[in-house]
Order: sequence, then structure tokens, then C-alpha cells
Amino acid sequence: MSFLASEGMTGGYGGADIIRRCTIEAEQGEVAVIVGPNGAGKSTAMKAIFGMVMLREGAVVLDGEDITRLSPQERVRKGMGFVPQERNVFTTMTVQENLEMGAYIREGGTADTMARVFDLFPILKERRRQLAGELSGGQRQQVAIGRALMTEPRLLMLDEPTAGVSPVVMDDLFDRILEIRATGIAILMVEQNAAQALTIADRGFVLVTGQNRHTDTGAALLADPEVRRSFLGG
Amino acid sequence: MTDVANAIVLLTNFVIVPGVAYGSQLALGALGVTLVFGILRFANFAHGDVMAFGTMVALLTTWWFQGMGVGIAPLPTALIALPFGIVAAVAFNLSADRVVFRFYRRRKSPPVILLIASVGVMFALQGIVRFIIGPDDRRLADGARFIIKASEFKAATGLKEGLAIKLSQGLTVVVTAIAVTALFWFLHRTRAGKAMRAYSDNEDLALLSGVSPDRVVLYAWLIAGTLAAVAGTMYGIDKSFKPFTYFQLLLPIFASAILGGIGHPIGAVVGGFIVALSETAVTYAYKKFLRYLLPESWEPSGLMQLLSTDYKLAISFVILVVVLLVRPTGIFRGRVLS
Amino acid sequence: MTPKLRTPTLFAVMALLLAAVGVGQSWVVSLSILNLCLISAIMALGLNMQWGYAGLLNVGVMGFAALGGLAGVLVSEAPVGEAWAAGGDGLGFALLIVVGVALLIVLLRRFLRKGPLRTAATALLLVAGFFLARKFFDPAVESIERIDSTTTGYLGGAGLPIILSWAVGGLLAAGAAWLIGKVALGLRTDYFAIATLGIAEIVITVIKNEDWLGRGVKNVTGLDRPVPYEIDLQASPWFLDLVQWLGTDAIAGSSIFVKLCYAVLFALVLIAVVWLAERALNSPWGRMMRAIRDNEDAAAAMGKDVTRRHMQIFVLGAAVMGIAGAMLTTLDGQFTPGSYQPLRFTFLVWVMVIVGGSGNNWGAVLGGFLIWFLWVEAEPAAFWLMDAITAGLPEDNTLRAHLLDSAAYMRLIVIGLILLVVMRFSPRGIIPERRGR
Repeated sequence: MSFLASEGMTGGYGGADIIRRCTIEAEQGEVAVIVGPNGAGKSTAMKAIFGMVMLREGAVVLDGEDITRLSPQERVRKGMGFVPQERNVFTTMTVQENLEMGAYIREGGTADTMARVFDLFPILKERRRQLAGELSGGQRQQVAIGRALMTEPRLLMLDEPTAGVSPVVMDDLFDRILEIRATGIAILMVEQNAAQALTIADRGFVLVTGQNRHTDTGAALLADPEVRRSFLGG
Repeated sequence: MTDVANAIVLLTNFVIVPGVAYGSQLALGALGVTLVFGILRFANFAHGDVMAFGTMVALLTTWWFQGMGVGIAPLPTALIALPFGIVAAVAFNLSADRVVFRFYRRRKSPPVILLIASVGVMFALQGIVRFIIGPDDRRLADGARFIIKASEFKAATGLKEGLAIKLSQGLTVVVTAIAVTALFWFLHRTRAGKAMRAYSDNEDLALLSGVSPDRVVLYAWLIAGTLAAVAGTMYGIDKSFKPFTYFQLLLPIFASAILGGIGHPIGAVVGGFIVALSETAVTYAYKKFLRYLLPESWEPSGLMQLLSTDYKLAISFVILVVVLLVRPTGIFRGRVLS
Repeated sequence: MTPKLRTPTLFAVMALLLAAVGVGQSWVVSLSILNLCLISAIMALGLNMQWGYAGLLNVGVMGFAALGGLAGVLVSEAPVGEAWAAGGDGLGFALLIVVGVALLIVLLRRFLRKGPLRTAATALLLVAGFFLARKFFDPAVESIERIDSTTTGYLGGAGLPIILSWAVGGLLAAGAAWLIGKVALGLRTDYFAIATLGIAEIVITVIKNEDWLGRGVKNVTGLDRPVPYEIDLQASPWFLDLVQWLGTDAIAGSSIFVKLCYAVLFALVLIAVVWLAERALNSPWGRMMRAIRDNEDAAAAMGKDVTRRHMQIFVLGAAVMGIAGAMLTTLDGQFTPGSYQPLRFTFLVWVMVIVGGSGNNWGAVLGGFLIWFLWVEAEPAAFWLMDAITAGLPEDNTLRAHLLDSAAYMRLIVIGLILLVVMRFSPRGIIPERRGR
């Protein structure tokens, strides 16, 4: 079984089901990407894995442990880190305080972890006394990811990390994500920029109307003519 | 030259000293309102009466101490009774939360429902305070009255105008400085304080980070109750204790909080001083002040008072309305604790 | 119980409560309560329009009620000719200056572009206008207030029948609401609440301190009455015959008769307001109003002019409050600015609307009746309760004396608890809003 195995997820926000029998998996040291057209339920699938969406059916298993019934906070303790798409930093707190808040649930020292985050994102070290609200969009994303890394997660989930940033910043962010992958963490992300995301993906899930349509390695999906035609614009 | 000195002393004595003391009291009150707003997102209409409740307990304790002959002269006895007032105000806030507000919080009711519920709490608390101690005006101060007496000041400086600083005014400023410093240290240097700021800034993200909402709300009520009791008792020592006055204080307190940007602690303090100083400055009669500064032939005929002192309460609101129109977020961008 | 039966049943219970007071205490007391219940119901209807229909958190009810009350003085009192002669010109000049400066500012702001220059010029004009107006205003006021200050010392009114003040009070309050709305309606809900709370306080401060206008805290007593005087009744043969036929004595009878006259007048106004309010609520206008309340953004997106609609309802509701305020002054026969306190005139009306059922006119009416009834009757009830609890203690026991002295304040606790209990267990009020039509 995969490190993260969420199988047959069906559910939504109280009304009609948004995802149906949806299956998402991720391995440690790999990047898994969920892509698909607008309204396909990509973010919903990720939120379901994180416990922010009630599931009617299906199960979420992390490292062999069934966590389907746990709250998001409890899942954080189990080793999940989540970076929301919007409002993902504390704008009125300094960069350093943002990172400290990321480690809020951890007991004991967090200096090592913070040093590692600063190694990964050197600009944050420079700006650590500045308010997060004063940073540029790309730097804010770094704060947001850094905050999630402070719990030393085994699975890092990113909801559209490159939404609204310039192509240069996007490339830079993807590079950092690959660096994070190199530390052995499992990474799962939802991406709007499907073609670019699949180039760094070890595994891709194409969702359509809440269901799995294609599942393969990133490279294979990029090479698949049907996927190219339908989802990647030719 | 002495004329200028006399004019400055005159203004200090009648505008600045009372304004700073009153400003400190407003700042403490506004901090409480702003903290509750930052965390629970509603304007607490019961805050003025929580101040009255805490002060009442401090007053009852003062009487008890005086009866036993316990005191800390020359300082007012109420100062050692204050901890009892704080405990009472905090206990009231926590039980009001448990019995009233928690229910709506858990149901995620819109903030306006909590606001209206706070009106119910306000009614009941006004009844409780009057039931226990009645509606009358009572003195809270004992001990020495002045730090500097006007006559001593005149003798020491040789000026015609005297400067008097009441002990209560000095104490108010010192106690406020301590309370505000402690609060800012708590908010910026402790784990719990940072959690409060985080929750106020971005509730969802704070929950994700493992901040417990119940804990944060508990701190907010605790601090608000403490500040309310301190503000009320200092106001009572400086002036007097009358339940209705404390309800009326709610208006300038709200004005201060919004003026500085509601949810913003520094703003609350700045707002408190602006409101208090404008109240004293606008209602002061400048005739004598100008007589010192202007040549004799220019001497003003009227009192040179912008508005009569009866308009005190109104002034804070004129300022408030102007600020809301020009800069709706307040002087500092409000909404969150920072 | 079906919803159709629920409302009449509740009103029947209310009538029984009033009747019980009539039998148990006295009919004079019962009718006094009824008259204020009627006025409270109208006030609650006004607030229900603003809060219940449109979601406007107006915490300035007191200000509008006081303006209505002021209208009672301005309409019915005889003009004081001497005062007009002494200070009329000065006041007129001051008014002209204020209007002139206001016009200048409007012109200035039209022609100058936004920036520091415009702000500075506006501020300069304001300050200059203030001092210039004061130059005429202050001496005029002084001479007016000097004229026979123990009995008049103000300009007086128009010398018309006081019943006209009900309409004038409505207009006065509506005018004030329009001005306030211009300033405050764009604000967020909680800011709007605090702004209106403050503005109401300003209105009261002005009325209290501008003695030339309505004698301020010196009060105006002995106002004109729209109904006969008890003494005249007791001297009229037809009334004595009526009393004799009914078998009561003339003094009690005249008192009841006068109160009944008021009750009939008030009831007519209440019926008119309820009828209009019900028609408005069920019209397309009312439906749009509720649509805006329930989702402001969506309504704005659909091209509804939200601020304009809010202004309409704010002015209308304030007018109704002004009418009720004028009626109250008429019933009291005096205007006492010192008696306007936010607890009684703003927050109590809020309790009426929330407990009765916001958004439902019948709910507001019932809330007005019930809460006023409890506000008055809580006091004797608490006294009786305290007396019963402490009956075992000797007469001169301090605890007993304190509890009996303080029983009056139980009413505050009772009202607070009722509000909290209704909000918790019946959040939409006793007669909830009818939805989904």
C-alpha cells in the first residue's frame, strides 16, 4: 500500500457529492499532482484527504493508519502539512512568528527545523523580522510552505501554490518543491498549471467531474495524446 | 517670558493633566473592547458594566479593609482591593461566556447575534450591580490627595499659575503604563499571546496550526475582565463610582477603539488619548490662556470656549464620525491584534 | 398550535394579563400600562422596519424618539414674542451663515479637485463659519434665555394643537435620519451601531443644552392635551350622569375616561402603522428589502441600489419612532430631556423587537406590549417576592431593608434574562417571521 492511500472517496459540502469514488495516492520522496479542468473537484479531493470535507464513503490511510475520522488538527499531528490556496500566512505577524505558529503544536525545540526552512528559503531568513503582509506574492508562498514544514510533516499538501504568481516565480517554487522532495517527504499538490506541474510530477491524477479519469506518471500523462488534447491544450 | 510659562502651566493644569489621566482610563477600557473584538469579532456592549461590576467589588473590598483598619496610606486602599475586583470581573466574563456567548460561538452565529446577546448581558449586569450596591455616587479614594499642590508649585516656581497633580492621576498613568506594557509583552513575547494574535489575524490558519479556539477565547475574556476592573477602579479613584457613569463610558471607549482601528491594541491606546485630550481641549475656556499670550488690546471678550463642557460626550463621537468617513479602518488598520 | 391560531392566542393572553392587573391592582394602572404598551408597540414597529426588514443595526432609537418629543413642544407651546424680538434676528443671521457656509463648502468641493488643498479649504471654511455663526448665535441665545427664564427663556412653539406634533415629530425624525443616513449608512454593521448610538447621544446633548430651543433640562411642563381634562369632566353634567349610570365615583371615572381617550387615539395610530407596515412588507418593495437583508452582495450584483433602499427604510423607521416619541410627550404632558436614557429608549425597544420576533410586524407589536408590561410589573412582583423571602426576618433587619430597597432593579435582570432566554431557545422570537412566500 502507498504511504498515502485515499481510496474511493465520495463526499462534498453537505449538498450533492463533489467527488465520487476518487482515489489519490502519494509516496515518500515523490511528487504527486492532481490536475483537471475547473470544477473537477481537485481542491475538494485534497481537502477531503486533510479532513476538511466530510466523506460519505471511502477511507484515508496514512502510513498504514486509517485517519478517515480524524479532524484536520489531529491529522497535522499525524504528519500532514497543509498549505491553503488563499489566506495562507498571518499577514500581521513577522516571518519568524509565522514559522513559530507553524510549530505551535510541537513540543520542544524547533530551532533546527527553522534553520532548515531558512536554508531552503534564504530570503525568509533575511526578511524574518518583516511582516508577512508586506512581502511579495512569491515570498508569501515561501512563508506559507515554510510554515507548513515547521511541523516536520511526512506528507506536504499544497493547494494551487502557483496561483497568481509570475512564471519566473512559479519555476522557482517548483524548484523548491523538488528540493523538499529530496528530503524524503511525500508531496501532493493541486495545480491549475497542469503542463508545468506534470513535468515535475512522479505521479499524476487527472480528475474530471470528481472522478479519476487518468492516473499515471507525470511523463506518461504528458505523452498521452488524449490527455494532451483534452486537458493540456494540444 | 513668564507669561508664556504661565500660559503653558495653565494649559497643562487644566487640559493636559486631566486629559492624560482620563485618556489612560479610556485606553484601558478600549483595550478590553478591542481584544474581545479581535478574537470574538463582536462589539461587547456589556464592557462598561463589567467595569462597573469589577469596581463595585473593589469598592466593597475597600470598605471591608477600611473597616478592619487595613490600608497602605498614603496610597488609596482601593489599590489593594483591586485584585478582588479583577477576580470578580474575570469570573463574570468567564461565566457570561460559558452561559451565553459560547453557545453562539459554537453554532458559528453571525457576530451581530453575539452583539445583541451582549445587550442582554448588559441589562442583567446593570441590574445585578444596582441590586447589590444601588445607583448612587460613591467615593473610592482615600489616602493622600496630591502629588504636587498648586500652592507648592507656585511657591517653588514663583509663577502666578499653579500646577496640581492629584495622586489618583499619577497612579492612573503608572498603572496604565504597567498594564499596557504587560499586555504588549504578553501578545508579542509569549506563545499564548502569539496564538491570540494569530487567531485574530487568520482564524482558519490558526486552527490548522493547532491553536485551540476555546483557549484563545478564554485568554481574551480573562484579559478583558482584568483591564475592565483596572480601568473602572482607576476611574473610580480618580473621579467617583456611579454605575450609570460607567455605562456611559462605553461611548468614548468604543470611540477610542474604533478611532485607533478596532482590534488593534496600539490603536486603542492612541485612540483613548486622542478622545480624552480632545474632550478636555475642546471644552476648555481659553480666555485666561490667551490673556497671557496676546497683547492687552487683543484681550478676548468671551470665554473663548469652543463648546460648553456639557458637550464632552458628543465630541468623541464627532471625532469618531469624521474618522469613519475619512478612514473607515481607523488610524491604524484595524480588524486584527498585532 | 397552528401558526394561524398562535398570534391571536398570544394577543389574547396579553389582554388577559392587562385585565388581571386591572382586577388585581387597579384599572387606572392597567390603562396606564396599556397606553405605554401602545406607544412601545409603535416604536418597536419602527425599529422592526430597520432591523427586521433591512438588517440595519440602529442603536439610536432614543435620538429619534426625543426629536419626536421635541416636536410636541415646538408645535403646541405658545410662541414667546419677547424672545423672538430679542434673539430672533441673531438666530436668523447665525442660521443664514451656517447655510451660506454649507453652500460654499458644497460649491468648493465641486470645483476643487480632491487633495490637500480641498481638505484644507474645507476645514478653514468650517472653522471660520463656526466662529462667525457663534458671533451672532451666542448673544442671541443669551438674550433669549434671559427673558423670564423661570417660566420661558426660550422661543416657544407654534401654538397649534399638540396632535399635529405627531406628524411633525415623524417628519423631524425622518429629516434627522436622512442626515444621519448620509453619513453612516455606508458603514459596516457594528460601526453603524456604534455611530448611531453616539449620534443619539449627541441629539440628546443638544436638546439638553440648547435652552433657547426647548428649555433644556429646565423642562417644559403643562403641554396642551388632545383629550379633556379630568377636572373639566368632573364638572360636566353629562359625565356625572354617565358615572352615576355606571355606578362609579367621578374622580376615578374621569381618570379612566381620559386614559381611554388616549388609548383610542394611540390604538388608531397603531392600527394605521401596522396596516401600512404589513402592506409594505408584503409588497415587491418589502420582498426586495428582505432579499437585500439576506444577501447584500447578491442583491447589489443584481443591480439593486442597496444604499438607497437602506436610506428609504432608515428614514421610514425613524419617522415611526418620531411619531411614537411625540405621542409619548403628549401622554406625559411634559417634555423632560433628562429622562431620555439609552437603556429605556433604545435597548428596551431592541428587546421588544428581538423577543417579539424581528421581521414580523405582529411580533414587534406583541414584543412592545409584553416587554413594557414586564418592565412595569417586574417591580411590584420583585417587591412582593423579596417581601415573601424575607418575611421571617424582623422589620428592621438590614438585609431585609436592602433587599426591599433594591427590588426595583430586578426589572433590569428580568429583561436581560428574557432577552437571553428567547434568543437561545426561540431565536426568531415569539412570533417568528413568515418565510418563503
